[in-house]
Amino acid sequence: MSGLERAPVAGASQTFADTILYVDGVTVSFDGFRALNNLSFVVAPGEMRAVIGPNGAGKTTFMDCVTGKTKPDKGTVLFRGTTDLTKMDEAAITQLGIGRKFQKPTVFETHTVETNIELALAGNRSVFTSLFWRPGTAEKARIDEILEIVGLSDRRTMLAGALSHGQKQWLEIGMLLVQDPELLFLDEPVAGMTDAETEQTAILLRRIAGKQSVVVVEHDMEFIRALGVKVTVLHEGSVLAEGSIDYVQADPKVIEVYLGR
Amino acid sequence: MRLTSPRGGVPRHGRRFLVILAVLFFQAALLLTAHPSRADEFSDGLPALAKGSYDDKIAAASALVATGDDRAGDVVKAFSAGNLYVRKSDGAIFVGRDGAPSGQALLTDPVSGQDLGAVSESDYEKIRVNNKVRRALDELAGGLALLGKDPAKRKAAAAGLFGTSDASQAGRLTTALEKEKDKGVAAAMRRSLASINIGDPDPAKRLAAVKELANSPDQQVRALLLSRLVETNGKPAEPDEEVRTLIDSTLSHINLTLQLWNIVGSLYQGLSLGAVLLLAAIGLAVTFGVMGVINMAHGEMIMLGAYSTFVVQQVIAAHAPWLFQWSLAIALPTAFLVSAIVGIVIERGIIRFLYGRPLETLLATWGVSLVLQQAVRSLFGPSNRAVVTPDFMQGAIETSVGITLTYNRLYIIAFAVVVLAALFMVLQRTPLGLQMRAVTQNRRMAAAMGIPTARVDAFTFGLGSGIAGLAGVALSQIDNVSPNLGQGYIVDSFMVVVFGGVGNLWGTVAGALSLGIVNKLLEPFAGAVLGKILVLVAIILFIQKRPRGLFALKGRSVEA
Amino acid sequence: MTETSSSPVPASTLGTPRSFVARMDTGGRILLVLSIAAAFLVPMSNAWLPASSAFQIPTWVLSLLGKYLCYALLALALDLVWGFCGILSLGHGAFFALGGYAMGMYLMRQIGTRGVYGNAELPDFMVFLNWKELPWYWYGFEHFWFAMLMVLLVPGVLALVFGWFAFRSRVTGVYLSIITQALTYALLLAFFRNDMGFGGNNGLTDFKDIIGFDIQSDGVRRTLFASSALSLALGYVICRLLVTSKFGRVLVSIRDAESRARFLGYRVEHYKLLAFVVSAMMAGLAGALYVPQVGIINPSEFSPANSIEAVIWVAVGGRGTLYGAALGALVVNFAKSWFTGALPEVWLYLLGALFICTTLFLPRGIAGVVPRLFKRFDGGLVGLISGLWRRPKEDAR
Repeated sequence: MSGLERAPVAGASQTFADTILYVDGVTVSFDGFRALNNLSFVVAPGEMRAVIGPNGAGKTTFMDCVTGKTKPDKGTVLFRGTTDLTKMDEAAITQLGIGRKFQKPTVFETHTVETNIELALAGNRSVFTSLFWRPGTAEKARIDEILEIVGLSDRRTMLAGALSHGQKQWLEIGMLLVQDPELLFLDEPVAGMTDAETEQTAILLRRIAGKQSVVVVEHDMEFIRALGVKVTVLHEGSVLAEGSIDYVQADPKVIEVYLGR
Repeated sequence: MRLTSPRGGVPRHGRRFLVILAVLFFQAALLLTAHPSRADEFSDGLPALAKGSYDDKIAAASALVATGDDRAGDVVKAFSAGNLYVRKSDGAIFVGRDGAPSGQALLTDPVSGQDLGAVSESDYEKIRVNNKVRRALDELAGGLALLGKDPAKRKAAAAGLFGTSDASQAGRLTTALEKEKDKGVAAAMRRSLASINIGDPDPAKRLAAVKELANSPDQQVRALLLSRLVETNGKPAEPDEEVRTLIDSTLSHINLTLQLWNIVGSLYQGLSLGAVLLLAAIGLAVTFGVMGVINMAHGEMIMLGAYSTFVVQQVIAAHAPWLFQWSLAIALPTAFLVSAIVGIVIERGIIRFLYGRPLETLLATWGVSLVLQQAVRSLFGPSNRAVVTPDFMQGAIETSVGITLTYNRLYIIAFAVVVLAALFMVLQRTPLGLQMRAVTQNRRMAAAMGIPTARVDAFTFGLGSGIAGLAGVALSQIDNVSPNLGQGYIVDSFMVVVFGGVGNLWGTVAGALSLGIVNKLLEPFAGAVLGKILVLVAIILFIQKRPRGLFALKGRSVEA
Repeated sequence: MTETSSSPVPASTLGTPRSFVARMDTGGRILLVLSIAAAFLVPMSNAWLPASSAFQIPTWVLSLLGKYLCYALLALALDLVWGFCGILSLGHGAFFALGGYAMGMYLMRQIGTRGVYGNAELPDFMVFLNWKELPWYWYGFEHFWFAMLMVLLVPGVLALVFGWFAFRSRVTGVYLSIITQALTYALLLAFFRNDMGFGGNNGLTDFKDIIGFDIQSDGVRRTLFASSALSLALGYVICRLLVTSKFGRVLVSIRDAESRARFLGYRVEHYKLLAFVVSAMMAGLAGALYVPQVGIINPSEFSPANSIEAVIWVAVGGRGTLYGAALGALVVNFAKSWFTGALPEVWLYLLGALFICTTLFLPRGIAGVVPRLFKRFDGGLVGLISGLWRRPKEDAR
């Protein structure tokens, strides 16, 4: 465990202040199997972080814990250093400003591309406003902008189900962006993409970073190299190594985990 | 609900032979033991009944009764009714019957039991009785049963006197009790005696009676003791304070005991209902729990099993009646095959096109259930068909505390255990079970390893349906075999599987037993229907709390 | 699967069309026109045409049609939750029956002293059971307005409570279907009990008056028919407005990818709950209109088989289309009436086959197939008609 930026427990309050996500000592078990084991993890505002790890390392469970899908058995999960995420459900966490893209691209297939973006627009999510809500000029402009960013402007009236795999990935990323989240979780954003698409995605993500914090889970090392950010390696539910991609790839523990003994 | 037995008048060769053998043996035994020793004492005593004064006659009758011979009863009764005759020629005694034409008598020899038929009254003389004799004879007749030779009969007679208002019985019981050697009969006599003595004017006797009654805590005693506390015009039936206190404490003791037994009874009933639920649900645990197929026609698979039983019995009755005791054993594989084949046809014909669309599967199989019901209705008619319970499954074990264990329920409990064990064996020990588990865990991987997944699906569904067929054989023994049979079980079966946790056989077992037992424990307080409603509501609430059931597997269900 | 709109394609599909007409689809417009026309023409034909006329609709046919319209309204309610939100309720018959019981209780109170026992206060079955006074939950049902309120409130509150528990704990899919079935089953058992005070086995019947008019009279029958037809039209409009709003788009999103909707920040359970409650109220209204037209309500209306049968109407008509659900209810029930009269043996086979074939071969129902058939015969008069159904190319996957 390298724990470069791990806050000491005593006097932690000053350190929380400059984190967007603070995860400390989180443990989750399923029927005796420890999916997360005393995991600690910190993301700074505007930082982009890549998370890698072999299958079963706990990457998805980690995201489940942060986004409210799974409640940790113990441990702390703080957003912006103050908000305890373990007490909240998915909808509340999303409304706080944490977006999540699933491993398998998940869009509303029977809605058009632009309706998908429209439904993701930041705004009031309550049932009763939804009865009479209609997009104004500002909203329409925002939708156009996002469609432009993810390159789906000319497919806006298409049903999302008719998109290719890569296009669905982008649509989902677009749906995250339009929410203006402070923190984004992207689970395998370039799976199933062509090389050209992957490259474009990397460019897109680098553009986002700085304004928003991004956590990317990927298997594609070339893509991570292209992002050029700090990498965290998870193994058996805890952090195994942290550092630049070259540093991590040279770490004998990481090599052992990936290649076996 | 069973209608007539189709095997009435069916000759059974083997059995007839046995009966003849038994009769021969019995007669031999009778000749060897009963006749020589006792017959003389009884027949010797008979002529005295016609001789001497009334008092002599009473004495003679008493002596006759004292022999303990069972035949004395008829004689004494006939005597009391003025129906005892003496033959003028030799002084032999005969028992007469009512209904003879005038001038004639219908007579039976009390010693041999031989019927003489109608004879001319002039050759015989009626032995006359007066009221005193009649009273004495009645007294004798009453005590007779207590003195008979058969302990079971003596016990029944003693039990029959419980709580009698006729205080004169006390004397008889006391007399009989002195002679009684059998402990069980003696206890019954003491109990009945106490039930009479509790109304005795002597408080000490009453106190002793209550103490005695405390030894046999049951409903009857409870009612009797309660009646002693009833107040009329502000005065309790039991005047003595001390006795009342004892009655109170005895009553609370009895109440506790009875409650305990009631709970035991409910538990047994619940176990029995649980076994029925388990049988109904266990096939579903395979199709729904293991395969994830919502088979709304599951109840109809049970129904097909029940109708298979009916058909098997019909065929056996018509062609091979001597096999009848084995009809259920033959029905089991038949029902399994019938339901399994129908199940496989449904899986291949309909369900396999709907994998991954559970709601559509639900609707399509509901359609199947309608078709099957109507098909059975067309073939066998809409009314109940009679399935016969073999002799060995009839009857019940009665216990002293009022719990009746019927054999068919006991067999069903045992059968449920056997079916469960067999299913575990199939799942854990056979190649089919292994492939089944492989396919359900990872279909694509299983296919990649060369497992014929389509065939495994069909067989798994066939297995689940076949088990439902087996359940049908069992349920045909306790439920009406009608086209609607399955409908009654479908909601319950789903509740059991969902409650227990889908995909977990032990969960299904736990679900069935707990639902059965809770249902029966609720019944005394809430009534049968309300109890059932409460259980349903409880399950609905439970599913809210644990949507995947009691024994659900937890896990990282990512984007489910 | 959603027939979002078959009216001329807007350049953008964003937001909700402003005009009311634009929010109705072609099938729905036909349904609206037909049901409103029927609400007036059918009673008029019954009242004014001579019995000899071929166009005169006899009263018994009128009542039968009225019954179908109630079923159509129930199907519409079911389609709102199943077709648009993916909640396959196998217990909607319970809401229908509760609405029916509320109406039945009002009608029972109107009998007054004309019952067999002549008790002004208590219905006959209570006198028979030796009850001395009216149970508290019968209070107020002598007022029509109160009964009508209860027709909506009782199913609505039950749906609210049940849905609140079920949706909050994320019971979905077949589990939800099974517990809705358990719900109606439990109610079935409960209403069979005499102690419940709803007439037990026999239910409520022998009605005499409704708001002061003889319930058997032709005039009342005509009014009930017209009310049913108008309620169907109103129900359709409400459902259609709901599903074309953003609310409806969120519902469809929940149906297609519930966790995505949740991770966009939508409280899925609230959306489901509103849809479920509105649907239950519509089902209750359908039941309330049904009872005076058939003259009886008894516990068998709660039987799980009834609820599942309603589901097949929606499936046959085409779920997620609303007008299709209503169409399905009418078609299946016409068939049922005809077959149970002519070939009673065959009906259950046919109904069973309908379940199987619809799911296997016609998953989109009639409403999913008929527009496509028209498309095949492009050109001429047929082409003109089919143009009405033409949808954008991308749309017609």
